[in-house]
Amino acid sequence: MSEKKVIDARGSFCPGPLMELIGWIKLAEVGDELELLSTDKGSAADVPEWVNKVGHEFLGSREEAGVWHITVKKTK
Amino acid sequence: MEPSKISVVVVSGALERLQMAAMVASVGAVSGSDVRVFLSMNALPYFVKGNNTPAPAEGPFGTLMAGKNVPAFRMLFENAVELGAAKVYPCSMAMDVMAIDRAALEPYLSEPLGLTKFLHDARDTQVWSF
Repeated sequence: MSEKKVIDARGSFCPGPLMELIGWIKLAEVGDELELLSTDKGSAADVPEWVNKVGHEFLGSREEAGVWHITVKKTK
Repeated sequence: MEPSKISVVVVSGALERLQMAAMVASVGAVSGSDVRVFLSMNALPYFVKGNNTPAPAEGPFGTLMAGKNVPAFRMLFENAVELGAAKVYPCSMAMDVMAIDRAALEPYLSEPLGLTKFLHDARDTQVWSF
């Protein structure tokens, strides 16, 4: 996977966006970047927490018009 | 550091309790905890193959939740197993009462377990009951 993978989890509630991200991370290769789109405010806080806990790299999060864009790099 | 251990006992057939149990199991498992779930009583029938019956809401939050795009509790338990290596055990006593065998249950469930073994394995773990 060379391009940044965009995972559209808009409309799903916690922990749906996290589960979608994890499913795609398992398929990704080390070094790949993934961008999660979520409208769930709780997930915007929870996903970075998970990323830090399991040891991937949290690249950033921004909110645009009620949609959080959370970018993660697979590191292992 | 040794991973934390979480034991989840689910006996309710109410939507809110099944949902919260599934959230604890799935998020705990994908976050690196060693998660073991014990399904018994009113919870177990929801894990019989082909039983897609929706769980009834216990209160107003359950009714509200049923109309939203909340991940289904069955899917979250499966996520816990597939993505987080959780173990979901059907209670052997409940299976005896229901007169079903292992083949009647969803394939992602582990082999049936008795309460004695579950309690032994749950020592020194966080225990959550729903």
